[in-house]
Amino acid sequence: MGRITLDKVSKSFGDVEVIPPLDLTIEDGDFTVFVGPSGCGKSTLLRLIAGLEDTSGGHIRIDSQDATHVPPAKRGLAMVFQSYALYPHMSVRKNIAFPMKMAGVSEEEQRRRIDAAAKALNLTDYLDRRPGQLSGGQRQRVAIGRAIVREPAAFLFDEPLSNLDAALRVGMRLEISELHKRLRTTMIYVTHDQVEAMTMADKIVVLRAGHIEQVGSPLELYRAPRNTFVAGFIGSPKMNLIEGPEAAKHGAHTIGVRPEHIDVVEENGIWQGTVGVAEHLGSDTFFHIHNTGLTDTLTVRALGEVTLSHGDTIHLSPRAEQIHKFDAQGLRIE
Amino acid sequence: MATQNSRSAARLMMAPAVILLLGWMLVPLVMTLLFSFKKYLPLRGGDLGWVGFDNYVRFVTSSAFWPSVSATLIIVGGVLAITVGLGVLLAILLNQPMWGQGIVRILVISPFFVMPTVSALVWKNMFMDPVNGLFAHLWKFFGAAPVEWLSQASLQSIILIVSWQWLPFATLILLTAIQSLDREQLEAAEMDGAAPLQRFGYITLPHLGRAITVVVLIQTIFLLGIFAEIFVTTQGSFGTRTLTYLIYQRVLESQNVGLGSAGGVYAIILANIIAIFLMRMVGKNLDK
Ligand SMILES: Nc1ncnc2c1ncn2[C@@H]1O[C@H](COP(=O)(O)OP(=O)(O)O)[C@@H](O)[C@H]1O
Ligand SMILES: [Mg+2]
Repeated sequence: MGRITLDKVSKSFGDVEVIPPLDLTIEDGDFTVFVGPSGCGKSTLLRLIAGLEDTSGGHIRIDSQDATHVPPAKRGLAMVFQSYALYPHMSVRKNIAFPMKMAGVSEEEQRRRIDAAAKALNLTDYLDRRPGQLSGGQRQRVAIGRAIVREPAAFLFDEPLSNLDAALRVGMRLEISELHKRLRTTMIYVTHDQVEAMTMADKIVVLRAGHIEQVGSPLELYRAPRNTFVAGFIGSPKMNLIEGPEAAKHGAHTIGVRPEHIDVVEENGIWQGTVGVAEHLGSDTFFHIHNTGLTDTLTVRALGEVTLSHGDTIHLSPRAEQIHKFDAQGLRIE
Repeated sequence: MATQNSRSAARLMMAPAVILLLGWMLVPLVMTLLFSFKKYLPLRGGDLGWVGFDNYVRFVTSSAFWPSVSATLIIVGGVLAITVGLGVLLAILLNQPMWGQGIVRILVISPFFVMPTVSALVWKNMFMDPVNGLFAHLWKFFGAAPVEWLSQASLQSIILIVSWQWLPFATLILLTAIQSLDREQLEAAEMDGAAPLQRFGYITLPHLGRAITVVVLIQTIFLLGIFAEIFVTTQGSFGTRTLTYLIYQRVLESQNVGLGSAGGVYAIILANIIAIFLMRMVGKNLDK
């Protein structure tokens, strides 16, 4: 079991309030991702849940037990740190065994769990090496192994993939997702990368300056962002946000259209502009378009290989039903 | 420095420094070796010719030799134990955020700036003097008889004085090492259920292993040769005659340069045995 409830939890460092009072429930078995720009308080929130920071106010409940003042080791949570935080002078085996040794698990049980974790994480051949002799991805797996053997109520990940190269990141992303599917344990995952959030999460929590901007499944956030911040943050490339007369036509202060919801047409487009940079990915082409009279740069996705080049005039039609409308406060208008 | 030209230019440029260093090292060493095979009594006849290994045999067989070796090892060992032990504790303490950290750090380091002669004199006269010393007053305050430190606990007193001088060095090196310890490792251990003492034993201490070996190595080199502290306190009496002090007595008090030189060669051998032993230890620790 691993249901985590935050009730008016807040955190200040000195005079600086990093997390204003905040309510959040993380359901048992969910893969929840905290996403937001750097410095918005994601790590702080995770560390509050872990017990590595003391709350300035509010209550944290784990499985309906008040854990606000319970020391980290007693909360039954396991954390994977950004720097992996492996113990450099211990072998991989000893690293993974460490939490069990501290908990007084029998030698035999330790060996059983280490072998199982090593097999699941492809670490069997590396058990006698030291962390310094492993690659980044392997270290990551050791850190996960050390978390798994504790059989925690929930896993906490703090940007675990940000030290890996792009290819490895994609691979590890899948491995962590698969691990979650297999274990069905609550996982809280912190990242600033909205792609990781979208691909892994059951539930995304978008944070800005310690505030929760929106909570929902990836598709809910994609389809109905509650405000312009979430609209701009979720989705890649970013949603085009347009203000001024064009927005007024739709009765809004700001309208948002995702690049994939604008069609490139031969002529008679609603909008037109000149092609700036074109990014050819093969399956898609992203055009950055100038001189539309709407925004500085409008991003448009065209399917497949489109042969328009720099300086060409392009005709565009946004799909009317996919236009998001926001009021002057940036809130969504239904 | 890849081309033939630049390499030979480099050699030429470095030559003066290398020659100076070699001379600096080799001349005294060769002279020591030379004298150690001679009967050389500056005030009693001067150079009395070659005597083979006579000086060596006499130095080891003298009743003062083994006690001096053991005094040396006890002082070095004692100082190392105290400075490393207290150094680790102080380093941990100084690493905690606290008010006036900068000043406290400077205070802790300041004994290192006091010359050995001066500090030994201060200890001898201000603290350990059986009549006027602070310790004597303290003992009297509690109704105890003052201890005559330098005669009754002579080795311990010297160890205390020398430790006081070297503690700052150990603390400084260990503090820098402790500052480089990744905070997340300690947090990970905390989450893994390690109590504070276990975190110290399993994480902090192994992290300090390297720094501790460096402290031990460097201090040993200097401690094998301590002299001023003994000279101004006990003058080698009460069992505080170290190998260095014995050599000094042979050369200057007995005016026997040949015998002293033989002692010097023994000191070199002892230092090398310890150095090899320590290097092994360091090597093992640095490999990790
Ligand atoms: N120990 C601390 N003392 C003071 N300020 C801190 C501390 N830890 C984090 N902060 C501040 O809190 C804010 C949020 O930090 P953090 O939670 O690490 O952000 P994120 O993980 O989202 O990038 C930052 O502005 C940071 O400077
Ligand atoms: Mg962070």
